Amino acid sequence: MIRFLSIRLLRAVVTVLAVMTFAFVVLRMSGDPAQVLLGPDVPQNVIDDFRAAWGLDRPLAQQYLSYLGQIVSGDFGISMRDRSPAFELVMERLPATLQLTVPALLLQLCIGIPAGIYAALHRDSLIDRGVILLAVAGFTIPSFVLGLVLVLIFAVTFSMLPSGGFGSVWHGILPTITISIGGIGILARFSRSAMIEVMGQPYIRTASAKGVSWRHVISRHALPNAAVPIVTIVGFMVGSLVAGAVVTETIFSWPGIGRLLIVSVSNRDLAVVQCILLMIAAVMVVSNLIVDLLYGWLDPRLRTQPAH
Amino acid sequence: MTPILEARDLVRIYETREGLFGKVTPVRAVDGVSLAVSPGETLGIVGESGSGKSTLGRMLLGVDPAQGGEVRFGGAPMPERRTPAWRALRARMQMVFQDPLSALDRRLTIADQIREPLDIHRVGTPEERASRVASLMRNVGLRPDQAGRYPHELSGGQRQRVVIARALATDPALLVCDEPVSALDVSIQAQVVNLLRDLQETTGLAMVFISHDLKVVRNLCDRVAVMYLGRIVEEGPAEALFARPQHPYTQALVSSVPVPGRPLDSRIILQGEPPNPAARPSGCAFHSRCPVAEPMCRGAVPGLRVTAPGRASACHLVAGAAPASAA
Amino acid sequence: MTLALDETRPRRPVLSRLAAIPATVGFGFLWLGFMAVCALFADLIRPYDITQMDLMARLAPPGSPGHWLGTDELGRDVLSRLIQSIRVSLVIAFGATILSALFGTTLGFLAAQFRGWVEHLVVMLADFQAALPFLIMSLAVLAFFGSSMWLLVCLMGFYGWERYARIARGLAISAGAQGYAAAVVQLGATPSRVYLRHILPNVASTLIVSMTLTFPEIILMESGLSFLGLGVQPPESSLGNMVGFGREYLTTAPWVMLAPAVVIMLTTLSISLVGDWLRDRLDPTIR
Repeated sequence: MIRFLSIRLLRAVVTVLAVMTFAFVVLRMSGDPAQVLLGPDVPQNVIDDFRAAWGLDRPLAQQYLSYLGQIVSGDFGISMRDRSPAFELVMERLPATLQLTVPALLLQLCIGIPAGIYAALHRDSLIDRGVILLAVAGFTIPSFVLGLVLVLIFAVTFSMLPSGGFGSVWHGILPTITISIGGIGILARFSRSAMIEVMGQPYIRTASAKGVSWRHVISRHALPNAAVPIVTIVGFMVGSLVAGAVVTETIFSWPGIGRLLIVSVSNRDLAVVQCILLMIAAVMVVSNLIVDLLYGWLDPRLRTQPAH
Repeated sequence: MTPILEARDLVRIYETREGLFGKVTPVRAVDGVSLAVSPGETLGIVGESGSGKSTLGRMLLGVDPAQGGEVRFGGAPMPERRTPAWRALRARMQMVFQDPLSALDRRLTIADQIREPLDIHRVGTPEERASRVASLMRNVGLRPDQAGRYPHELSGGQRQRVVIARALATDPALLVCDEPVSALDVSIQAQVVNLLRDLQETTGLAMVFISHDLKVVRNLCDRVAVMYLGRIVEEGPAEALFARPQHPYTQALVSSVPVPGRPLDSRIILQGEPPNPAARPSGCAFHSRCPVAEPMCRGAVPGLRVTAPGRASACHLVAGAAPASAA
Repeated sequence: MTLALDETRPRRPVLSRLAAIPATVGFGFLWLGFMAVCALFADLIRPYDITQMDLMARLAPPGSPGHWLGTDELGRDVLSRLIQSIRVSLVIAFGATILSALFGTTLGFLAAQFRGWVEHLVVMLADFQAALPFLIMSLAVLAFFGSSMWLLVCLMGFYGWERYARIARGLAISAGAQGYAAAVVQLGATPSRVYLRHILPNVASTLIVSMTLTFPEIILMESGLSFLGLGVQPPESSLGNMVGFGREYLTTAPWVMLAPAVVIMLTTLSISLVGDWLRDRLDPTIR
């Protein structure tokens, strides 16, 4: 177990390092931030001063090493735009994003998985077909289209809910729905197929053949086994939530990290973009790690199977 | 006659892990095997499943690497695997597999597959290749109209004929057959065995025939080596070995083949399964199942010693070979 | 596993297979065919040039004379822009899907052939991909390198490669372990012959089926980026950037945004329906 854990942790660290390098390379190689921030008509000596102040005049390798050093010591740099620490700027926006993504994830889990399992247990019924169709529709509607259509219906036509902004519970309803629909569809479809596959296994047939009650077969044999593949996709759901937050926050003028990312990207605010990329990567790496561990815990075969 | 194939002290070790985080245990699948095959000769290798005979077959061809010892083919050492020299040598040594269906590409016609070695080794012009394919198909007993068929459209015996034709396309000097008939119906087995014998008589190639089926081996082979847990325990001319087996393991194997007119209760029934190769018994590996084992069999490993002209066996108790009775 | 399944399945005549197509899948095929025609013959079908402005008829509603789907804020014909956008979006998605399949399959085969550190490198790349949502990574790259059609296609070509890599590696290893590939290696074939002539044709159907998974996802990804203003840039137009610009007129002229939105949805829906159906038919082993 120790061996598995340490390998998995090493992979996580390497991944984070790779993301850091990626962020550094893309952001530093793509253009001169001094030129972008100060505009085209600034005298050369001002540009030089700016570059010296931000360490942009040093060799790239040196910049990279000092950048790594800073990150390790918890310093994510200072926003070039409003001169405050990037980390603080991001942290200010974090609650708004969590207000959107945490309820959305709960919605996805509480609707998607039961719907999929229900459909699997009533295979080929009218409800099953309805669930499949809705699920496919759910993840084929782009979130930006869904968001705008919701605004058109509930804000523009019926004036029931605000079309954007932040503040009351009412403001959060449309964005939360927008961000969660796709994931509900994916989870429902995936849970359905996982459950159907498990239900076709010989041990389920054996259990029902020997007279175990149907309820017992489902709860003791089918569900635990179907949980294994479902867990693997939840890590993926976290990623799609993060990406969904960028689009959804843009549509609804929601002051979260996603909007900060878009604004910082268009302003070429290096420190903030880096900080956001690293935070997202950290969240993703941790959630993938948890999924892997859960997976190993849920599937006893992984604990005893001989490795090749 | 100088042997076409010589193997000396071949060793192949697999590593198995017990559980996901368990410790690594080495398994000696092939443990110090030496043998030689002369041109035109058929050597049978028999043993239970897990005895390492298939691994040995792939090592003789240089398909599996040897961790110890060496294989010499035509007097020269086997080139490094997956080098151009190794690939070129494939034209001289070929293999027939146990399951012909999985050995054939199901998306190519059988004529294309028989032709493939000629394409790979750039033998002859396209017209010559086509006529070579036609004559190969004739030689293995396939009809010309089957040339455009796909593997799944043929019967098991016909597929094995395709594999044999493909193996013979470049006129190899050595053919290794790994359980070539065990996946076939009994009625087809004899046809394929007879085909192999006829082909060997007409082409004069050397053959290594790996099988657990003693009747087939006795029928086809000139010499036989018996393997147990990665080692050769007895070797000798087929007739003599089957008529007067020396090693207790061979005796058990031979007596397990029913013979008309002989009562079944004279069989020696081996106790239990072969031991786990990862936990090889000390001393003679066979002592745990041997009906005549003595205390010393637990301690010392018996070497393969010559017991009669052309015969060798690895047992402390074989007359004239065991140090105890010699003293 | 896959091989065994395919082996036992009897071949049915084409006609009876066609008869078994469900209505939804039939609709999917029809819609995709229609989209393909639009993309191929965009120049012929388009009633107007996409930049041609009709200032007298700005924000005309659908059904207006001469403008079936209405016009946008500059009086440009929505139908004409839609047809052109279908072409642009499909070309990007198609190119990217092929790139991604090529890239992923190559990496998968390399990992299967060399194992060891090559395999570790591929796993590391996949880990990296899993650690940054693709939209976020593309956002960073496009924002800082600027957006061009080529960069967009190449970037999208990295989407979903790990799926092909995983499939190609798994199938190549299982083919090499005991099957036909080992037999061909034993015949003396070079690795390139083994992979191109034997393994690739055998795994092609599985790879093509997984392309039906990647294709709609790439369409969504491209339209999302274009919606955010980082994908296809004006004066060129794609489905996503039509929605993005139409958003400004959501209250006064919703058709500018709804027309491309409906096309995106119907297209991705159709590919998903057709893809699911193909998957059930050809290869039940992948999801």
